[in-house]
Amino acid sequence: MNKLPSISNNFQVRGIVLLIGLIILFTLPFYTPIYTSIFLSAIFMYIVLTSSWAMFSGPTGQISLATAAFFGVGIYIAATLGNKMPLPVLVLIGGLGSAGLALLVGSLTLRLKGVYFTIFTFGLLELMKFLLLWFEITFTGTRGRFVVVVDYKTVYFIMLVILVLTLLTSYLIRRSKYGLALQGIGEQEEAAEHIGINVTLLKVATFGISAFFMGATGAVMATRWTYVDPYIAFNMNYSFTPVLMAIFGGLGQFFGPILGAIIFAYLEEILITQFPYYYMLLFGIVMVVSVLYLPNGLAGLVQKWRSREAGGEHAHS
Amino acid sequence: MLVTILDIVIAGLLLGGLYAIIAMGLSLQYGVARVLNISHGEFIMLGAVSTWTLYTVLGINPLLSLVVCGPIAFVLGFILHRTLYKRLMVTSATAGIFEGNSMLASFGLLFIVQNLALIAWGSDIKGYSYLAFPVDLGGALFGANRLVTLGFALLIGISFYIFLTQTRTGKAIRAAAQDPSTAGLLGVNINFVLALCFGLGAALAASAGMLISMSYPVHTVMGMEYTVIAIIVVVLGGLGSIPGSFVGGLILGLIGSIVTYFDPGLALVAYYVIFTFLLLIKPTGLMGK
Repeated sequence: MNKLPSISNNFQVRGIVLLIGLIILFTLPFYTPIYTSIFLSAIFMYIVLTSSWAMFSGPTGQISLATAAFFGVGIYIAATLGNKMPLPVLVLIGGLGSAGLALLVGSLTLRLKGVYFTIFTFGLLELMKFLLLWFEITFTGTRGRFVVVVDYKTVYFIMLVILVLTLLTSYLIRRSKYGLALQGIGEQEEAAEHIGINVTLLKVATFGISAFFMGATGAVMATRWTYVDPYIAFNMNYSFTPVLMAIFGGLGQFFGPILGAIIFAYLEEILITQFPYYYMLLFGIVMVVSVLYLPNGLAGLVQKWRSREAGGEHAHS
Repeated sequence: MLVTILDIVIAGLLLGGLYAIIAMGLSLQYGVARVLNISHGEFIMLGAVSTWTLYTVLGINPLLSLVVCGPIAFVLGFILHRTLYKRLMVTSATAGIFEGNSMLASFGLLFIVQNLALIAWGSDIKGYSYLAFPVDLGGALFGANRLVTLGFALLIGISFYIFLTQTRTGKAIRAAAQDPSTAGLLGVNINFVLALCFGLGAALAASAGMLISMSYPVHTVMGMEYTVIAIIVVVLGGLGSIPGSFVGGLILGLIGSIVTYFDPGLALVAYYVIFTFLLLIKPTGLMGK
């Protein structure tokens, strides 16, 4: 523990690194090929979905499979209002729409315990998909909609802003007493209630906040597709991929979900272009292996390794 | 009018019989082995495409292919539980964590099975014609294959019920469903029973797949829609209750048939609406504890 005096110094270094990193990211589209921005936008999307999923499900341990539902609400808001409003407004409406849905659903269902909640959120996704499909076919007479295409740089910058806001919110929640309270709810809900934590309010609010970022992301990324229909917008993979990414990266730490999202988004890009027929296979194998052998994810592994490096006999995992 | 009602009811029972078998399989896997097996539908798909292959390539009677597919699916499921889920049971600290982890593992499995099937069978829609002549039931016409499906569903359902209530192994399964650790203390070989349930669930899924392939077109990505229906029926009947799943399946089939009569596009929506309200009002289902 002789490293203690260097902590504030370390903090400053981190701040500077972070600042430089942000500057690079914000200027990147001006000197890199188009492909880089498009690829990074996709990575940002996955980081936002994964981190905002982990914001709620990480500490509380309640696995939500509604990510794709909130993402899809954002997509459909962009698809229906796309030609009437500028993108930033759409993003805001997409986020608020999703958050509103999450608050409604959350206040009804967050009392459900464990797997019931998971089943419900999954059902919600399917319900929205089929309801929308029925609505479109019966009332608008079409199955899908065309989305107004937006310049790739605009998409990139808005995604970057959403990313920064998501990570900031996630970081601040973790550091605050609310984060600790959420952790307490995850550990032992009754005990948390007894020491005066308003369990329902806190859970619903966090669920709503996380859905805001998912909806906002949906509204931006919708412009990447030219055409959406309920099957594309409410694709189940957007519910499961963030869970996989977060678990692979490690739920315990702030950087875990980010790490998982980056690695997987990169893997997806390579696998889809190189081995399109084996992509899902590898995806599945990694999922099974990480559930089996990486209970604390990559971040947990890194932490274990580091504490062993430091000669810590407290190497707990 | 009477014919219409009869028509709807019989169509509902035909659909419901299928739902009942699918849900009973998941009920064994979730209700007893505590694995919310998202890949349940993939075993249905494997049963369906295997039956299709056996019939179109080797000319084997679809009903006979059950003798081949059922045991293979059983062994696969048994081994899966022995390796994958047993390890998860050991490493998960609490039952809640096990439920979460095993669900995620089964989702990984879904991807693996579906991708392998895609490589083996391709993604085109397949179908064959077997027993596809109409039968007159009080003025309403139904395909013979669908009546055979209902007959098989009832047969499988009733024999399962007898197995669970009358045999020693059935008793052990019911004991394990109620309280695995106490059942273990009383001398039930719990690991064996859980693996058995998982295997039986897979075998039921494969036989459901066989029945589906007789009346509906099959393809390698059909699994998920049946998984979802299985989950809805299991919740409707009550998690852990196998008779509940059987009754729930028939009820859902009837509901589906009634809604389809008014607007086919709303059948799935109706399922989810029922499912949602059920979870909110009575999450233990019709026959749950």
